[in-house]
Amino acid sequence: MTHPPDTGPAPVLALKGVSKSFGAVRALRDVSLELLPGEVHALAGENGAGKSTLIKTLAGVHRPDAGQVLLDGEPVVFHGPRDARDAGIAVIHQEPTLFPDLSIAENIFMGRRPRRALGRIDHKATRAATAALIRRLGVDLDPDRPARGLSIADQQIVEIAKALSFDARVLIMDEPTAALTGSEVARLFGVVRTLRDRGAAVLFVSHRLEEIFEIGRRVTTLRDGARIAGEPLAGMTEDDLVRRMVGRDLDELYPKQDVEPGEVVLSVRRLTREGVFTDVSFEVRRGEIVGLAGLVGAGRTEVARAVFGVDRWDAGEVEVAGRRLRGGAPSVAMAAGLALVPEDRRAQGLVMNLSIERNIGLTGLRTTARAGLMNRGAERSRSLDWAVRLQVKYARIADAVATLSGGNQQKVVLAKWLATGPQVLIVDEPTRGIDVGTKAEVHRLLGALAADGVAVLMISSDLPEILGMADRVLVMHEGRISAEIPRSAATEETVMAAATGRAAA
Amino acid sequence: MTVTTTDDTPVVPRSGGTRLVDRVLRMRELAILAVLLVMIAVAQAGNSAFLSEQGVKDLLLNATILVLVATGQSLVVLTRNVDLSVGSTLGISAFAAGTWLRDGGDPVVAVLLAVLLGIGFGLLNGLLVSLGQVPALVVTLGTLYIIRGVDSLWVGSRQITATDLPGGFVDFGSGGVLTIPWLALIALAVLVATGYYLKHYGSGRELYALGSDPEAARLAGIPVRRRILAAYTFCGALAGLAGAMYLARFGNVDSGTGNGYELTVVSAVVVGGIAFTGGSGSVYGAALGALLLTSVNSVLPALGVSSVWVLAINGVLLLLAIAVDRIVALRVAAALKKKPAPRRTAMAKEKAGA
Repeated sequence: MTHPPDTGPAPVLALKGVSKSFGAVRALRDVSLELLPGEVHALAGENGAGKSTLIKTLAGVHRPDAGQVLLDGEPVVFHGPRDARDAGIAVIHQEPTLFPDLSIAENIFMGRRPRRALGRIDHKATRAATAALIRRLGVDLDPDRPARGLSIADQQIVEIAKALSFDARVLIMDEPTAALTGSEVARLFGVVRTLRDRGAAVLFVSHRLEEIFEIGRRVTTLRDGARIAGEPLAGMTEDDLVRRMVGRDLDELYPKQDVEPGEVVLSVRRLTREGVFTDVSFEVRRGEIVGLAGLVGAGRTEVARAVFGVDRWDAGEVEVAGRRLRGGAPSVAMAAGLALVPEDRRAQGLVMNLSIERNIGLTGLRTTARAGLMNRGAERSRSLDWAVRLQVKYARIADAVATLSGGNQQKVVLAKWLATGPQVLIVDEPTRGIDVGTKAEVHRLLGALAADGVAVLMISSDLPEILGMADRVLVMHEGRISAEIPRSAATEETVMAAATGRAAA
Repeated sequence: MTVTTTDDTPVVPRSGGTRLVDRVLRMRELAILAVLLVMIAVAQAGNSAFLSEQGVKDLLLNATILVLVATGQSLVVLTRNVDLSVGSTLGISAFAAGTWLRDGGDPVVAVLLAVLLGIGFGLLNGLLVSLGQVPALVVTLGTLYIIRGVDSLWVGSRQITATDLPGGFVDFGSGGVLTIPWLALIALAVLVATGYYLKHYGSGRELYALGSDPEAARLAGIPVRRRILAAYTFCGALAGLAGAMYLARFGNVDSGTGNGYELTVVSAVVVGGIAFTGGSGSVYGAALGALLLTSVNSVLPALGVSSVWVLAINGVLLLLAIAVDRIVALRVAAALKKKPAPRRTAMAKEKAGA
């Protein structure tokens, strides 16, 4: 080994000088990393820094172009995911990798089922072992239940049970918390700590810095495919880590501009959709950013969808700039000056295979068309204009949006809606799964829009974001608005109390 | 610590362990069976000769070949692929076996020849689909025409008739124990063996897995290409075997034999509850689907209805099956979502259980 031996235990799994390219893109450049038993190692870096490639190299999905993977200090070559698994490496990928049609038990033991005579599967033993595993994790899931319809949190529990089932020595988790609620994250961390204390080496990737500090002991930072630093987390601050990730000082993550609110442009009165949300009333003024907080499932997204006309409502009314909207008609809402940037940009915000140009152009098909025919020239100049204004990073405007990083995809969705010149902009989780640098840019953009007189309604589960950007915070709890808190009084405690229904009525 | 061995793990009480998937699938198969029985009952009521010995025999014989090909096709459809070339494969294998027999060849070798030919075309399809990364629908549409083209060139206007074949071979095609034809017994054996394999062997379950989510299958280390290749090879082998059976049953083969058969096969598989998007269904369902479609053919004439209705009724059945699947899928999804497992802590569970 070239490194001087640490005082602690020897690394279970390590990368030494690993490089990997995809065509002209150099995803990893001479990266080294050591995972020690009984330690949680965090991996930080912006989107596109090479984290997923690194993980896939450890998981046997990719083979390095140069450099070595070391298992217990010996160089190994993984010919596929099966080899890595046989070496005791369990990977929880960003996208769930369960088989929806198969039972939980079969998912856990896929490829390694207990056998009976003649190589037949021992269904009974599989089921019993699954039940034992699930019990160890402290949850109650039926081993025979198909994986279809499981919540993301439960899917991750199944993935962890899979890792437990073969006594994984190395557990690699790629953004496991991105779609989890607070209590689910706590449960997950509990399980991770137990595994760590049993001597497993854990590699943990997250965009949430506070989580890295909560569970990690050391951190390796990647930027543009290269390793910037590998160091203990003790003594570091979030700012230190961010600086390593983005390679520059972040001016400010929440560049809130003070704007004097103007007249009311969006007015929602006693809006009710049976069984979903009840008696929701609020107003948003010109130049104001109103945060809409609450737990996942409180009905925030549903309210936004109803206001924009995607879903119908049963009672109440919505007014934009004094004009009453009829429900269930997004085209009417758009004409009145509403824009909605949806929660799930891949499924609802973008047509992934279409070009950047076409995606931005989608909202302007009527305005740029001539005699009912598309006007390619007008569409292109409109799209280019917005892509440049939002500093979307792309090679050619004709490239499919699927080729962009998550943050840049989000900018394309924003561009698509800003191009309509909205009076009211509703953004639903505008920075979920986006790296810190782009996040700051999105915040600056929202601030600038408000300063220009746009009314912004921002739904977010990211409390610091709500507290940092909103002039007023509306909190929803079980389908109702449970509190309205001015910026001066909004703290994590007051918002969370209202979100969990603990606030005094 | 290892939990993969049986002896040190506690036996779990099936805590309301409703095998939901199994139950739904079984219901699906029972529904087809019910439709089938009702249809036969109606036919029998309208025409008492329908369930005569000869009537039952004809029904089974007619269904046999379709059941066999549908069984092979099931494996391919489970992996989220399709094999449209089965009709052509059946035709050319039947003619090859017939030519061999006409020239005085051994019947066993003739059957082997047909199966080997089927395996060859199955391998070709499997290689094109798994290595070429091209949609199976297009690839096998291509091989459908290629095989049919080769068949036409080779056969021309010739045909094999029963008089060209050894008497024993033709007798075997119509003979059997009591009213059960030999051919039906062979198909049944193949069906049961395939069903057992799919349920109880790892590689069988992996066919379901890779149809359920191909990307997850790759990450789980399942040899995706090899499994797909195997499914196509098996499908081809059964199509070849079905060709030999066709020869034995009808004794009459020309260059058009098996033309358009692939669509009937795919219909049978889908009516039988195998999801066209892969990952769910059973070969027993497919066999019932095949039985249902063939009996429509026999029931209508028995009731004095013109057989021009057969195709339309097959179409209706197909759409019905898809509609039912969709509704059931939505219901099941809703049920699964509504039933979030009541969470208990590990300790509470331990107290409650044991």
